[in-house]
Amino acid sequence: MDIIAYLIPAALSLGAMGLAAFLWSLRANQYEDLEGAAHRILLDDDDLPPPRA
Amino acid sequence: MDASALKADAADALIGCPSGLSVAAPATSGVDPSAFVRANDDGVDALELLVQGARCAGCIRKIEGAMLALPGVRDARLNLSTGRLRVTWTRGRIEPRAITDAVANAGYAATAFDPAEGQKQIDEEGRRLLRALAVAAFASMNVMMFSVPIWTGDQDMGGSTRTMMHWWSAIVAVPAALYAGQPFFRSAFAALRRGRTNMDVPISLAVVLTLGMSLFETATGRHHAYFDSVCMLLFLLLVGRYLDHRLREKARTAARDLLAMQATTAVRIAEDGVARAVAAKSLRTGDTISLAAGDRVPVDSVILDGVSEFDCAMLTGETLPVPARVGDTVHAGAINLTRPLTLRVTAPVESSLVAQLARLIEIGEQGRARFVRIADKAVALYVPVVHSLAAATFLGWTFGPQILARFGITGMAEIGVHGALMNAVAVLIITCPCALGLAVPAVQVVATGRLFKRGVLVKSGDALERLAQIDTVVLDKTGTLTLGKPHLATALDADLLRTAAALARCSRHPLSRALVEAAGPGKPAQSPQEFPGEGVAGEIDGVHARLGRRAFSAPDAPESDDDAAELWFAHGDAAPVRMSFVDELRPDAKAVIQALQQRGLAVEVLSGDRTVAVAEAARAAGVTRWVADTRPAEKVAHLETLRAAGRKVFMVGDGLNDAAALAAAHASASPGTAVEVSQAASDIVFTGAHLAPLVDAIDTARAAQKRITENLAFSALYNAIAVPIAALGYVTPLIAALAMAGSSLMVTVNALRLQGMRSWTS
Repeated sequence: MDIIAYLIPAALSLGAMGLAAFLWSLRANQYEDLEGAAHRILLDDDDLPPPRA
Repeated sequence: MDASALKADAADALIGCPSGLSVAAPATSGVDPSAFVRANDDGVDALELLVQGARCAGCIRKIEGAMLALPGVRDARLNLSTGRLRVTWTRGRIEPRAITDAVANAGYAATAFDPAEGQKQIDEEGRRLLRALAVAAFASMNVMMFSVPIWTGDQDMGGSTRTMMHWWSAIVAVPAALYAGQPFFRSAFAALRRGRTNMDVPISLAVVLTLGMSLFETATGRHHAYFDSVCMLLFLLLVGRYLDHRLREKARTAARDLLAMQATTAVRIAEDGVARAVAAKSLRTGDTISLAAGDRVPVDSVILDGVSEFDCAMLTGETLPVPARVGDTVHAGAINLTRPLTLRVTAPVESSLVAQLARLIEIGEQGRARFVRIADKAVALYVPVVHSLAAATFLGWTFGPQILARFGITGMAEIGVHGALMNAVAVLIITCPCALGLAVPAVQVVATGRLFKRGVLVKSGDALERLAQIDTVVLDKTGTLTLGKPHLATALDADLLRTAAALARCSRHPLSRALVEAAGPGKPAQSPQEFPGEGVAGEIDGVHARLGRRAFSAPDAPESDDDAAELWFAHGDAAPVRMSFVDELRPDAKAVIQALQQRGLAVEVLSGDRTVAVAEAARAAGVTRWVADTRPAEKVAHLETLRAAGRKVFMVGDGLNDAAALAAAHASASPGTAVEVSQAASDIVFTGAHLAPLVDAIDTARAAQKRITENLAFSALYNAIAVPIAALGYVTPLIAALAMAGSSLMVTVNALRLQGMRSWTS
């Protein structure tokens, strides 16, 4: 049973990481333009001159 | 995004949305937004525009590309969800007008945002709810990690292990519940301080009492801790709360956008003769303003210089343009059609016709605010019942055994104050209104989403409730029952149509435009000359031609006996030809009216237009009751009469003259082509040339009302079963958790059934 002394904090911190990620994305305005984000992926930004090798 | 990434290609040559998802805005020059520019400290100016018609990736690229191609522009970002474009540029490098012109040239309509109206972009309240929702979701999932072992392995589990599991639950649940419960605590506290109760009072009480109880159970090493129930309760309630908030926020944003769009500008001519763009609300009586062709009159004024014609359809419902010359008064909201004019302001904005209408709208909306939503009715019933049941449980278990014993009845278990409190808390938890909190918003979100896909924007949840109750439909004529623009009714041979259209291309008059529309693309006439209020003259194939009123083109022709709108066309020596125009009914008007009547609704037409025109349109559409020649206040009075007779009226209209009536009606709708004020005043805005969305909206609203009633009935049934079980002390944490999740799932699934409903059009 000693194992749960490690597993419980590990499980909780994984959950907390997910929560923190969500709160960060909310603060970073990731949900302000859901429709636009879906369309912007179609824009070609790669007509920029290719970086020199 | 880098400007060089936006290379021009064939799609950019098209005007408007390159995917063809929306119609390009009519080619007018952009408004001057100088009055709405915000100056930042570091030499950067910022402007926010509301762009209409942007739908796809191509639109984003086109608009942002057009902005970045302007000199001095630092950044441009279009939010596709809200239609807002934010542009920043180095001060002085470009005129603000160049920005709106660039958007207009790309084929989109852009309106400057009044900073006072447009601010507060980020919805703070929504974010607070989402944060609370996330915390509650995290807690309810993680507490389950400790609860499930207790439920499944309680027999094999030692007391100390169980207590440890409870302590872990407490560590997660207590801070999470105190944080996620704040929206409820705050609202409950505010209500109590005003000496009232609301739904949040029992919720807060249940959360706090349950947490306290569970902590006590844990500390004393007992069996029943309800940490999982508290977290799940908050999670489910917050889902309902967030859905409800999003619906209301959508309504608020729609209203705010429309308000901001009314932030019109005007060109004021100062005493030194310099013309400058100012916000319309800063105009004073006696100011001189100039008005370009195609612009809307900002305030009531009198004409100082120039001759033109005005489109007053939005003001009075009359389709024909009204000629105006020096000395004539023009009302705010009319559109100048042919020539630029100089005007003198005769009334400040506050007393202009538009402002008076706005006040009528306000009065109407106050009446509507008295409407009580079905959810609020349910809560008013719910709160006292639950509180007295919980209190009765506590008192019953505390004093019940002694009282019964006095009558010689034994057998009721003595469970003490602790046990009595435990059972009372169980009643509070199990009746906690998860299902009730989800019952209404879940249905309304599904219903509005379904209508949105069909081109109907419902601005609020209670609009659906009001729409479900209506028994009378009152339609405006011009622009609602009809398409609101003239349509060529005379059959002409193709050659004649082509030559007449060549001349018509040189004029902005609505009848000319109708003629051009009928003829299709072609070449304009040579050396055209327009005579405002008369007609247009020019040369076609080297021969002189005239197009206009009878007195202008064909003074010798006999007067016709019908009073339809007409144009006369004379080409060289050929006999002049008469072309008549009618305002066509919307293609499905008749079918829709029949469908409305089949649903048991009384249909009426209420118009500001002339009696003959209204009678004809009503007859063609199959409506027997109609009223013509009404002014805005008379329209409101007519609705008041209907209301006094106990009728619940659904008003559909598009003009400025309908706005007050739209606000006064029980529920209202306007087409997407309506003026902004009317859209702002109505509950529903529908797009497209068809009226069918109205039937769809009514059907959906009625179905939604049925689902809501079912959901509320289910919640009542659930409570009727659960309360006795809880009051008798048979509820364990497992049962509470299952009941809560099960009932919430039931109402959500029932709401989703709306999705599969068949629509009237299909």
